[in-house]
Amino acid sequence: MEANKGSAWDGFEAPTEEEVSHCIRCGLCLAVCPTYKESLRETESPRGRVALVTKAIEGDLDLTGNFTDHMYKCLACLACNEICPVGIKPADLCLGTRYVIHQARRQPFLKPWLFRGVFPRTGLLEALTKPVVLYDRSGLRKVVNRVGVTKILPRRLRDMERMLPGHLSVRGARHQIPAAVAAKGERRARVAYFLGCVQGVMLADGCQATVEVLAENGCDVVTPRSVKCCGMPMIGYGDKEEARAMARHNIDLFLGLDQPVDAIIADCATCGSSLKEYPHWLAGDPAYAERAKQFAARVRDVSEFLAEIGIRPPAGKVDAVVTYHDPCHLCRAQGVRTQPRDMLRAAGVTLVEMNGADTCCGSAGTQLVTHYETSVAVLERKMANVAETGAEIIASGCPGCQMQLGLGVKRRGLKVKVVHPSQLLAQAYRSPAGDL
Amino acid sequence: MIDSRILKELEGIVGKKHVLTAPEDLVAYSYDSTFAERRPEVVVSPDTTDQVSQIMKLAWREEIPVVPRGMASGLAAASVPLTGGIALNLCRMNRIIEIDELNFTTTVETGVITQDLADAVAKKGLFYPPDPSSIKQSTIGGNAACNAGGPRCLKYGVTSDYVRGMTVVLADGRVIKTGGKAIKNVTGYNLTQLFVGSEGTLGVMTEFILKLLPLPKFARTAKAVFPRLTDASVCVNKILTTGITPATMELMDETTIATIEEAMHLNLPLDVEAMLIIESDGMDERVVTDEIEAIAAICRSTGAREVEVARTEAERTALWQARRAISPSLARRSPNKLGEDISIPRSAIPEAVAAIKEISRRRGVPIAIFGHAGDGNLHPNILFDKRDPAQVEKMKGAAADIFGVALRLGGTLSGEHGVGSLKRAFLEQDLGPDVIDAMTAIKKALDPKNILNPGKVIPGPVPGAEELFSWSPAPTAGQGS
Repeated sequence: MEANKGSAWDGFEAPTEEEVSHCIRCGLCLAVCPTYKESLRETESPRGRVALVTKAIEGDLDLTGNFTDHMYKCLACLACNEICPVGIKPADLCLGTRYVIHQARRQPFLKPWLFRGVFPRTGLLEALTKPVVLYDRSGLRKVVNRVGVTKILPRRLRDMERMLPGHLSVRGARHQIPAAVAAKGERRARVAYFLGCVQGVMLADGCQATVEVLAENGCDVVTPRSVKCCGMPMIGYGDKEEARAMARHNIDLFLGLDQPVDAIIADCATCGSSLKEYPHWLAGDPAYAERAKQFAARVRDVSEFLAEIGIRPPAGKVDAVVTYHDPCHLCRAQGVRTQPRDMLRAAGVTLVEMNGADTCCGSAGTQLVTHYETSVAVLERKMANVAETGAEIIASGCPGCQMQLGLGVKRRGLKVKVVHPSQLLAQAYRSPAGDL
Repeated sequence: MIDSRILKELEGIVGKKHVLTAPEDLVAYSYDSTFAERRPEVVVSPDTTDQVSQIMKLAWREEIPVVPRGMASGLAAASVPLTGGIALNLCRMNRIIEIDELNFTTTVETGVITQDLADAVAKKGLFYPPDPSSIKQSTIGGNAACNAGGPRCLKYGVTSDYVRGMTVVLADGRVIKTGGKAIKNVTGYNLTQLFVGSEGTLGVMTEFILKLLPLPKFARTAKAVFPRLTDASVCVNKILTTGITPATMELMDETTIATIEEAMHLNLPLDVEAMLIIESDGMDERVVTDEIEAIAAICRSTGAREVEVARTEAERTALWQARRAISPSLARRSPNKLGEDISIPRSAIPEAVAAIKEISRRRGVPIAIFGHAGDGNLHPNILFDKRDPAQVEKMKGAAADIFGVALRLGGTLSGEHGVGSLKRAFLEQDLGPDVIDAMTAIKKALDPKNILNPGKVIPGPVPGAEELFSWSPAPTAGQGS
């Protein structure tokens, strides 16, 4: 490979010419890219981003604000990675380029604090969410909504308010889920549950359901409390170093459990995909490269693990029409597509497929906040497909997707609940049917 | 050339956010699916015919080059802005205005993605047949500008066979309508068909009236491998002379098969010279099934070693897998490829393949040959790495030789990609000086200031612009092998 010639990237860990040189510019990626579909702009397409990265590597483009913005507009839904006939990974190139931008210290304001200061400290994340929980619990939220105060909020702020799940628990899942839960019936496995931050704080019911479903399926479940963020928010933002620190912490934690486990279970699509990527993140770290592989080999999405051991048929049945949304980080990043649907079928629901079940919902972590217009446009496309199915429940195993879809439901005034697949299966086990 | 006053005026026409001048934007609009690059000075994205008209009036007054473009999936650098100026991005004009189920026509804007149109009319039981490989990432306007074909052309024809009328913005900004919904129309010159294939050099096509067919209900596919390529060619001719017109007849040579196998591991045979994938379609399941069985029998009788007929949709998809794997496999093997699309009488296919293989040996550059055997449109793909000057020279020599083969065998330079910048230098060899004169006269009549996609199609030096493709050694007509 030829060295970068006088490029702004010199001296940084950066995507290489080899990763871009085989792009034949066929444009097939434009057909699947959500940001291209909404903007109809080449600069917001995977092929365009590869071209920009190529020119930056060649030294023809600088890391300007414009350039940075194009790299951050990518939703990292991975649809381009999947469709590229040549094997170029435009989404990965974008994330790699964000790391270059981060190293060059041109990151957008505020984000460093959020990604280095808050996400790594789950306790702090919970504390910061407290006012939100209080807002929800105090009844203020009800009053605000009844009086219609949110209607006078600017559109964006109103949508952010509406993205909050309908029911926030006072104490995050970390305080509710016992450190160890014993298997029901014959013991089939011993697993460790990776409690994700956003999932744990915002959607604790889903976490509890996952642990419950695992126990129902004969698993002893341990939930380490001192787990840290999986690292994906830092990768998304471009801070690979901080993501690596998270990975090292989690590897030490799970490989150092008193008793070894058969599997490390994630029920957040994003967490699961990050944990499986630790070997790539730490490939250059001699102390961790091998341990990262051992760790990642044990990681399973909850649906994936249940499919491997076989789901115990529940006594009850959830009588509901359900549609399933494939989280990008589950279907493409982990190749898990059939297993969550099998969970839903096991719960006894009527599963109705929507068109484009695996297209991005526009959440992509923080895109609603950082790129509101695109995020909402992508969401509206998704919700039109949801509405067509007539489903009363959307199931999806990703907190980002769940919150975004919840917003979509409210924007359209649909009577649709958004849940984690675990919640439906747990309900079937709790027969006669309990409340979701 | 384009100063702030002109930019202001453009912003007044399409809105500020649709006039782009940042270096990042210019890079993103500097290429198509060849390896050529040239940045425009400004990217303008209109939303209506009226806006296009206003842009052209401005460009006419100021004599600014305008290069219309869709999704830039072209293979001849036709939409690469050779002389800078305005890149006119027509992708926002993507409305399907009408699907007329009684007259079997559809009226669409120029930026509609071809696959989107095919899907929309299929929902109503109608069929828009042209199927370029880039169907998901190319627009109707782009397809019409380059008169795109595809595998189905043998039976269904190319884009021009489906364009019945259009709205065109002329170089000076006037808007004209040609043709219409009527099937028969000899009122005046056939301007519709003059604009089809003109690659943005004569006018900006903004709206189309397209012909539709009833959607075939059934399709059956067969795959046959032939130890000898000449037998495959005999087979193709025998099928057609028997009176069967399959929807597609796709040919792959041994280099192509080997390249696919190396990249994809599909268990393709490596000791055969050719593979054919043939598809039959129609409204009656029985007829379609009989037809594919008859085709399979002809394959066996003409020397095919194995013939597989797909009975289910899954089997059909599996048979097409090899065909679809061609481009990705080639790209994995080599960073760059020059995809040619010579078109020859189909009886000359064996001779053409032999001649191109000889060129590959003599020039020392890999060439994979595949294409549409039924209509004689071949895609010799020359594999190279543009970072290596020696390989680039070999590629250029081989490309010139291949054009020579096409002409010697009574064929032509391009079947479905167009001329663009890529084949301009060879045009006179193919057409002769008098045809070039006639074309030049038409160009001058419609675009006297030469502002519409200058330096494309018609040969000749372009003042102040460096050629996108410099061909050396000088092409030598008729000495391909």
